[in-house]
Amino acid sequence: MAHAEGQQHPISTYLWIWGLLFVLSTASYMVDYFHVESYLRWSLIIIFMLLKAGLIVAIFMHMIWERMAMMYAILLPPLLLIVFIGIGILEGDNTLFSRIVYFAAGS
Amino acid sequence: MTESTLTDTGDVQSRPEGWQGVVADWGSDQRTFKNVPWGKAMMWIFLLSDTFIFSCFLISYMTVRISTATPWPNTSAVFSLNIGGNDVPLILIAIMTFILISSSGTMAMAVNFGYRKDRFKTTILMLLTAAFGASFVGMQAFEWTKLIHEGVRPWGNPFGAEQFGASFFMITGFHGFHVSIGVIFLILVARKVWRGDYDRNTRGFFTSRKGNYEIVEIMGLYWHFVDLVWVFIFAFFYLW
Repeated sequence: MAHAEGQQHPISTYLWIWGLLFVLSTASYMVDYFHVESYLRWSLIIIFMLLKAGLIVAIFMHMIWERMAMMYAILLPPLLLIVFIGIGILEGDNTLFSRIVYFAAGS
Repeated sequence: MTESTLTDTGDVQSRPEGWQGVVADWGSDQRTFKNVPWGKAMMWIFLLSDTFIFSCFLISYMTVRISTATPWPNTSAVFSLNIGGNDVPLILIAIMTFILISSSGTMAMAVNFGYRKDRFKTTILMLLTAAFGASFVGMQAFEWTKLIHEGVRPWGNPFGAEQFGASFFMITGFHGFHVSIGVIFLILVARKVWRGDYDRNTRGFFTSRKGNYEIVEIMGLYWHFVDLVWVFIFAFFYLW
């Protein structure tokens, strides 16, 4: 107890997060079950997804207890993916446009 | 006590916190990641690279889904199961999600008991995690079998856009492979914990290094990452 050995946190913290993850998963399943559609559906899915991912990384993977040098080294590089997603959307839209214009519909 | 203490990770008491800490830690001529054993830093860096691999899959899936002129299959119906005469949408996927979250919970507690050197509880919780993981892979195998019987192939399927099969098998297959490797990894570490290798400083048969309970946390990072990836697959592939 006297020494800070590795990551030591009370078990109740984990049980709380476990419970929250269950609630969030149920919520995102309910989005599908009750056929929530369009923008409300997509925003709810993304909100629940990000909350779950955040809880897992922060608490289960102990990221909030690490030094900031570690946090930034691991959490900043994935931001590049936003650029990658943007490129994917442009590419996908362009392909769809070409298919609709130059090929018979539905092929 | 000194025999079994964990890796010396450098003195952090006197170092600045926050932004100044970032600058100080990244400064020069020192190990950057204080407070973290090298194995854990390496696992994080591996997971970062794995993040990019899974992102490549999910972004390719997004791109092909945007680009297809035929409608995408309705996943809610494709993945429904007939229970008692009713089609319950996505029920198997929901159960798999809950199982994987539960396995993450037991893993987090195993890490905790590992640092308390409670061998019995650590082993039991790790084996429980492995059992959850194995049942997850089992359900995935069931789901693959069901879809293959219904005629879903990487090059086409009876429900809609042809790209569905390729995306499905690639993404869930790679994730299932990660879970399977994790189950094997869990069983190996659980066996070592049970034998007391980390209390007696037994050298590993492969690396000839003395292990300690940090490996349980490193193992845990991998396992939580597998759960994390499933969160994104569940949202983007199954619910979208």
